[in-house]
Parts: sequence; C-alpha cells; structure tokens
Amino acid sequence: MAILELSNISRHFGAIQAVNDVSLKLDAGEVVGLMGDNGAGKSTLVKMIAGNFRPSHGTIQMEGRELILHRPLDARQHGIEIVHQDLALCNNLTAAANVFLGRELSRNFGPIKVLDYAAMYKRAGQIFTELKSETRPRDLVQKMSGGQRQAVAIARTRLTNSKIVLMDEPTAAISVRQVAEVLSLIRRLRDQGIAVVLISHRMPDVFDVADRVIVLRRGNKVADKKISQTSPEEVTGLITGAIVKA
Amino acid sequence: MTTLDNAIDQKQQSWHASIFNSQTFWVFIAVLFACVFLSFATDSFATPKNLFNITRNVTFVAIVALGMTMVIITGGIDLSVGSVLCLSSMVLGVVMHAGYNIEVGIAAAIASALAVGLFHGILIAYVGLPPFVVTLSTLSIARSLAMVASGNTVVFEFGPDHQKLLALGGGAWFFGIANPVMYMIVLALITGFVLRWTRFGRYLYAIGGNEHAAILTGVPVKQIKVAVYMISSLSAGIVGIVETGWLGAVTTNIGTGLELQVIAAAVIGGAALVGGVGTATGALIGAALIEVIRNSLGLLGINAFWQGVFIGSAILIAVLFDRVRNLRQNK
Repeated sequence: MAILELSNISRHFGAIQAVNDVSLKLDAGEVVGLMGDNGAGKSTLVKMIAGNFRPSHGTIQMEGRELILHRPLDARQHGIEIVHQDLALCNNLTAAANVFLGRELSRNFGPIKVLDYAAMYKRAGQIFTELKSETRPRDLVQKMSGGQRQAVAIARTRLTNSKIVLMDEPTAAISVRQVAEVLSLIRRLRDQGIAVVLISHRMPDVFDVADRVIVLRRGNKVADKKISQTSPEEVTGLITGAIVKA
Repeated sequence: MTTLDNAIDQKQQSWHASIFNSQTFWVFIAVLFACVFLSFATDSFATPKNLFNITRNVTFVAIVALGMTMVIITGGIDLSVGSVLCLSSMVLGVVMHAGYNIEVGIAAAIASALAVGLFHGILIAYVGLPPFVVTLSTLSIARSLAMVASGNTVVFEFGPDHQKLLALGGGAWFFGIANPVMYMIVLALITGFVLRWTRFGRYLYAIGGNEHAAILTGVPVKQIKVAVYMISSLSAGIVGIVETGWLGAVTTNIGTGLELQVIAAAVIGGAALVGGVGTATGALIGAALIEVIRNSLGLLGINAFWQGVFIGSAILIAVLFDRVRNLRQNK
C-alpha cells in the first residue's frame, strides 16, 4: 500500500489554477523528484501535503486513510515533515537548539519546567550520527557550512517518527561538495524507510538520488516515470513543453 | 573534516576562549580597572559612603536594563521606560496620598505599568507597528498621563503608610545591604534563570535570531512579544516604586532620559540591537560601567558636562568591539 496517495488534487487561487487534477502515489523508502518550471505548481502541491493550503478538490490519503490537514501542525502529527527552502534556522542558536526549536525537551525542577540541555544534546548527537553528519550539537549554526546547516534542518524531521519528508530546493545555492553531502543525507533518510519528495531545479541531483521523477507543467502532471526509464533530455523537454506528455 | 579543523573547532568551543571572546567579560575588566585606578587616584572613591551611593545608583538603571535586555534580545526596543517609571511612581504617590495603604498603591502602580506594556505588545505583535514608533509615542503619552494624574505637583506625603514606603526604598532589611540592591540581585537572578533555562528565554533568542524561522517552527511569537514588552514595563514600574520610596518625594521629572542610559547599559553589556544576543549579567555590568564613569568624573574634578562624551564613547567602543569580533569570526 502506498504511504501517501493524492487523488485528483486541484487548487486554485481565485481565477488562477495552480494545481490541476494531480494524482500521485508515494511508497515508503522512495525518493521522488518533483520538477517543473517556476510557477508550475510544485510548491503549491507540496504545501497542500504539508498542511499550509487545503486542496480545492481531491483527497489526500495516508496509508489508506483520508487526511484532512488544517494546519502545518496537523501534518507534523501525522508524520509529514517539511524542510523549508530557507531552512528556517536561527544563526544565534546551537545546532541542538535549532533541531529542537518549538519542541524543546524539559524536565521538572521543583514546580517549574526547565530546559533539559543534556537530553537535547544527546538526542541531537544521535540524530547527527544516524545521518552520518559531522555536525556537533553544541556548535553555533552561524559558523556552519551550507551542508551542515542542511543537516540541522533535516535532523528536525527525525525528532518524531516521521514517514514523509518534503524538501524544498535543498541544493539551491550551496557548493558542489555540500550538494554531495545533502544528497547522501537524502539517501540516509530513504534507507530508514522514509519517503522523500525532493523539489529541485537541478537535473543532476534528481538523476543522482531519485527513484522516480514527476514533472509538473502549468499545474498539470505531465510525467511520472522511473529514473531508469527516462533521461535528462526528456525531462527538460517535458518541463519546457517541447515534449507534451510522457 | 581534517584533524586540523577539528582542533580549531575544539578550541573555539572551550570555556576560556568563550570567556575571552565575551564583551561582558572585557567590560567587567574595564569596571574593575576603573575601580582600582580610582581607589588610588582619589581619596573619596573607596569610601563606604561613595560605594554605597554607587551601588544604589546602579540598581535603578540595572533593573530597567534587565527588562530592556530581554526586549533587545527579541530584536525590539522600548523607549518608554523612563515615562513608564514616572507613571508608576506618580500613580503610587497619588493613590497613597489619597489615603490608601501601600498594597493598593503598589498594585495600582504595577497595573498601570503592565497596561502600558500590554498596549505596546498588542500594537507591535498583532498590529505589526515598529517597536521604535510605538514606544516613542508612549514615551510621550505615559509622562503626560502622570502629569494629568498628579496635576504636575510634587508628591511627598504618602498617607498612612508613608514610613513603610520609605523603608521599602531606603531601608536595608538583609545584612545591611540597601534594599534596592537586594531587589536588583533577586531580579537579575530571575532574569538570568529565565533566559538560560526556560522555553520562554529560548524563544526570545530564537525570535531575535530569525523571527520567520521561529514562526515556521511553531514558536508562539506574538504572545511572547506581548509578554516581553509587559516585562520591560514591569521592570520600569518596579523601579518607579522603589525609587519613590528611596527619594521620599516624586515629581513628574523622575526618570527623564532614563531610556538612553538603560539602552546604553544593555548595549555596553553585550546586547545586540539587531537581536538574538544579550545576558542578565551584561545588563548589570553595563549599568555598573556607566555609573562608575559618572561617579569618577565627579571625583576626579572633571566638569560634569563631559559626562555625555564619556558615556557615548563607551557605547561606541562596545559596539566597535562587537564588530571587530564578528569580522574575525566570519573570516
């Protein structure tokens, strides 16, 4: 059974049809590249899965049960995590503080609850080890490379038993070496049985890490193919409209 | 990562390096150095009477600087503290003068201060107005209200609990330490604890570091902003009460220009106006440096007109120090 299934999902903003009748399935441990030109509807689609927008039509099912998401928090509670394009990190805080931001661990100190630094450092350290990242929990995010910052943002998705991770342009604007680091982080998530949706403009990254590629054009799904059965040339053609449908 | 990188990173992490890198530490050294120098250079500095004066003068600025530091950590500013102090002080004076007991007076004073803070918080967090403008307007409004409430007279008779009020501000209930100093120590410990050990404190730093990130990760940003402006007004209100008791009389001039001294203390103590950085200890040490400068100019026989030059220079040096440190780290 698919872990996530979208059936005939549409979303319009006023007269603008951002996403039109899109259906797709996502299996556990699968990396799906979501590609398309600017304005093709990638972000809108992902935001509907993450609970930022509600679909105008269509249903979202998770493990066979229908999901109705009112807020991002609802999606999070169902095990859907999103890594924002700008990563949403506070430079002035440590890696561990960022990982736990909004979900801090605390312990009782008499009648009051105090932050449990030791537990947070320990858990963040474990997650970084799982992700095979060299990020240290006590380091300030300010001093980190782009790859390490990605690791911190991705570590957040591992706090709970998440099943789906949505990543919005994780490899835009970072160096070549850091891209490799991020792609291996994505593989690590996949190896743990997590379904990853990777929004990207970068063809090499998608062909490197994804199992499947879905192409959107003007809100419509124009392709849904295994990576082994397509080529960068074909996908480029689908994105631009040179190839109508595959 | 190479072992060399590791070695460098380890060094950046060690506690002594972080102390030597902290602005608060160097300002503390400056305060100590100034004190030692003044003890030798003048006969009057290290006398019990002068030290008593200094510690008591420091407290009023320091307590308000604690609240201000929390606001500055979120990337905000509160220009109204001097006027809120005046309002709280006048409400206390007028209520007690009218014959109510001290508990009622204090409750009314605190309530008026908190009301101003709530007003700030709602306009800043929910309406989205800039803190600078909102608190600039209440700087004007609060003092004006204090004048209206008192008819712009001097209040020096505080009704049946007159003596209690004087004892509250001027007494020394614990081990001969002046009461205002005790209040400062207690409030600084609470502030330090909240900043370091509570979610609320953590969220203040998060909001100052990246407000958008705080919102996305589910931090209740609006509620926290309202709370922090109420805390700032509360700290000014508390000082209004204590200072009234200490002076034994209150005019509508009380607290004029306080906001600048308090912001200076917070900034000298290491709080960054862009947000995300600041400590309770820093607020105290910043306030101490300002007071030592003020005090020493008098003792050294330097014209008091020079005071502004020295305090202004201290602010600039503190900010420059911060800039140099950041440049070095970002290389």
